[in-house]
Amino acid sequence: MSFISTGADWDFELIERYEQAIGECAAEFNLDTYANQIELISSEQMLDAYASAGLPVGYPHWTYGKEFIRNEQSYRKGYQALAYEIVINSDPCIAYLMEENTMMMQALVVAHACFGHNSFFKGNYLFRQWTEADAIIDYLVFARRYVMECEERYGHAEVEAVIDSCHALSLHGVDRFKRPQAPSVREEQVRAEARRVYDQRQFNDLWRTLPGREPTHSTGKKRDFPGEPEENILYFVEKHSPRLESWQRELVRIVRKLAQYFYPQVQTKVMNEGWATFWHYHLINRLYDKRLVNDGFMLEFLQSHTNVVSQRGFDERGFAGINPYALGFSMFVDLKRICSSPSAEDRRWFPEIAGTDWNKTLDFAMRNFKDESYIGQFLSPKLMRDFHLFAVADHETETELFIDAIHDDNGYRRVRKLLSEQYKRENSVPDIQVVRYERDGDRSLTLRHFRARNRPLMTEEAREVMKHLGRLWGFPVRLESMGADGSVSDVLESAD
Amino acid sequence: MAHLIDRRENARNKSAVNRARFLRRYKEQIRRAVHDMVSERSITDMDRGGNVGVPRKDINEPVFRHGRGGDHEIVHPGNREFTKGDRIPRPEGSSGSAGSEAGSGESEDEFVFALSREEFLHIFFEDLELPRLERNLLTGIEQSKPVRAGFTTTGSPNNLAIVRTMRTSLARRIALSASIKKELDAATAELTRALADEQPQGEIDALRERVAALKHRLRRVPFLDEFDLRYRNRVSVPEPTARAVMFCLMDVSASMDEAKKDLAKRFFTLLYLFLTRKYEHVDLVFVRHTDNAEEVDEQTFFYDRKSGGTVVLSALQLMAEIVQGRYATGGWNIYAAQASDGDAFGADAGKSARFLAERILPLTRYFAYLETPDEAGARMSSLWVEYQEISVVPGSFAMRRVTRRDEIYPVFRELFRKDVGAAAA
Repeated sequence: MSFISTGADWDFELIERYEQAIGECAAEFNLDTYANQIELISSEQMLDAYASAGLPVGYPHWTYGKEFIRNEQSYRKGYQALAYEIVINSDPCIAYLMEENTMMMQALVVAHACFGHNSFFKGNYLFRQWTEADAIIDYLVFARRYVMECEERYGHAEVEAVIDSCHALSLHGVDRFKRPQAPSVREEQVRAEARRVYDQRQFNDLWRTLPGREPTHSTGKKRDFPGEPEENILYFVEKHSPRLESWQRELVRIVRKLAQYFYPQVQTKVMNEGWATFWHYHLINRLYDKRLVNDGFMLEFLQSHTNVVSQRGFDERGFAGINPYALGFSMFVDLKRICSSPSAEDRRWFPEIAGTDWNKTLDFAMRNFKDESYIGQFLSPKLMRDFHLFAVADHETETELFIDAIHDDNGYRRVRKLLSEQYKRENSVPDIQVVRYERDGDRSLTLRHFRARNRPLMTEEAREVMKHLGRLWGFPVRLESMGADGSVSDVLESAD
Repeated sequence: MAHLIDRRENARNKSAVNRARFLRRYKEQIRRAVHDMVSERSITDMDRGGNVGVPRKDINEPVFRHGRGGDHEIVHPGNREFTKGDRIPRPEGSSGSAGSEAGSGESEDEFVFALSREEFLHIFFEDLELPRLERNLLTGIEQSKPVRAGFTTTGSPNNLAIVRTMRTSLARRIALSASIKKELDAATAELTRALADEQPQGEIDALRERVAALKHRLRRVPFLDEFDLRYRNRVSVPEPTARAVMFCLMDVSASMDEAKKDLAKRFFTLLYLFLTRKYEHVDLVFVRHTDNAEEVDEQTFFYDRKSGGTVVLSALQLMAEIVQGRYATGGWNIYAAQASDGDAFGADAGKSARFLAERILPLTRYFAYLETPDEAGARMSSLWVEYQEISVVPGSFAMRRVTRRDEIYPVFRELFRKDVGAAAA
């Protein structure tokens, strides 16, 4: 076999050959992927794709225009480079490659997106549970058409107002657990029949002879609605808002569906990027082992790869938090190490995976975890030492910050727990739920913020969001806050 | 196997619609920014695009998020010297470590972006129009508009109406082949019968030949004949158009100092941009006057530095002459804008006002007078006082005073906003 390419220029045939060669390597590792659809785009188109959160079709809205202008500005001024690719969780899996990339970059991107991300989309439980890869594009097309039709029929301003309000609440428009399917009419009938049969069987005429109780007058206390707090605020609004018209409900639904579509992505950032990076690293190295790429290609590749997975310390210039590529990649590499050449420490920490087949173990990890649980489960002491992880605590009652734990024997478990919690959704999205809807009263809606560890909301912004909610609801809305001790306070009210 | 698609030639401006929405939403803020820009610019680059800023707080989209306070921990990489229990003073200003995402690096309070020239001018002249323009005049130079008028049998290939063509083709094929098909069916049946009855070979051959011949004839019926072609037909229908002429009258006498001329020129620059952009067929006549008036081209009008005495009447008379000579017939909409500091000697002011009221105003649809006095509180000039008497009668006359650069744009907008004709006083 000879090298697939030697220069920096790419053409379609070469990309196809790389895709095929990488696909063969991926098959050796049993990567299960959707079919690939690779699209070559220009930088302007990349900017367009950025603005619509990477989706190929989107409904028109000013916020995407703002996003576009912001990206364009910073790209033109050179503050920001564009991503090399964008990949969409759909079936077939669509990957956008930029035409400015060199041949090496295109190959890297094919390995990263078309095999790494692609297999993650197909395998990970959150994606399997929450997204329908084969239907998303059709849904986007529908959403776009629907929004535009509404604009024609009801006016731009009306539609924009509804969508604005939905966007403000879109983080709270996500189901974290599947709702039970409503029983079909047939099931209802079967159930009613069973109940009747049961009653008949339990029938005892004696009961009739017992002195009857006076029918109790209702005490005037109505039952609260909803019976259980509802955390999907947009869902509640869509189903129960007393004022919304049906087209507005549909708009709420569209925003909610899209928020739900992005829900797995946000929760698996580290894993997803780590997985893709791990695989582009392995697949390209495999190409090199097979003598399909030359040394120049490899050097260029290693340089890009190293840039991607570099992690700066908290006090270094350009530090922007933990790099998900770096952490994710290192964790998968480390997991592989634990499987194939475990140290005594690893055997103590990970008895059930040390020394197993790494490919199977990684596959298991990829399929069944999200960032939070993945870190909680697999972050090893060695990695904590390598990253020099330490936890800073900021407590209300303390005048100073203090170091909670560091990467030493006393701190491993604590650091791991804290890092894992950092990736919990609740860490960034406050826990706010619908607790009361005065159905028979003034129709007001009450939200409750369950204050975790006494962290408050940003009041000014919360007030703005409540205005949006008020607009959707059409009747007074209020926000209360409940501390850990169960005391309810801080009522923020907005009339409609 | 991957599917490769080259999308590079696809539309690039997918975000244009969203960008336009953004601009529309923040029109008020952008218009304010444009307004500020106009007063700062030099006259020559009045019509460029430019950077505008929108206050960041206006475009933020609120979400529920955690504020300062409560307890939390954050894990960082790169520890060197810390051990458990070390205490660090709280950093000033930042809301602890969790707030770091909220600021996300950008702390300017304006969201600045570039407007293209087109967008700039669009915002600039939005909602402005020539008042009381009459469009329903059929003028000498006909403007026509192509209108659909059925189908024809001749035309150029780009007008080919494919569905129509195929319909005629189908009809023709049915018509031409029906009789042949009937014969063919009969012949085939006969042949089958002959074969079944074991007729003599000669007869069978003859029948076979006949069937073959008929099949051949059927095949010869063309799928598409020139006869079938149909073309979309368009005829041009004359369209009523409006023709308009704008007279720009500017006082360049010695009393108009540089500052005042700058104001007047700014006004006319806006007017010029506005008319050339919004109305394709507007004639512009530039008249400047000292103690006598002359018609000049735009270059001279805007950049020449002539000066001298003042006779306002001369400009009005020249305008009347030009109207008489060139725009008397043919249904012209006549407009005029006059800029002056209002200095007029002796009887000039009175005569001018009378001339304006009696000779000019009956001709014009709208006459705007812009005065550039020395300062805002200056007493009324003689011309202003005289003109004011005309404006008492509501109609097609409007007058405004301007002393500062940043008043030009609002005044301009006021003079030419939609429906000003009805409200002009």
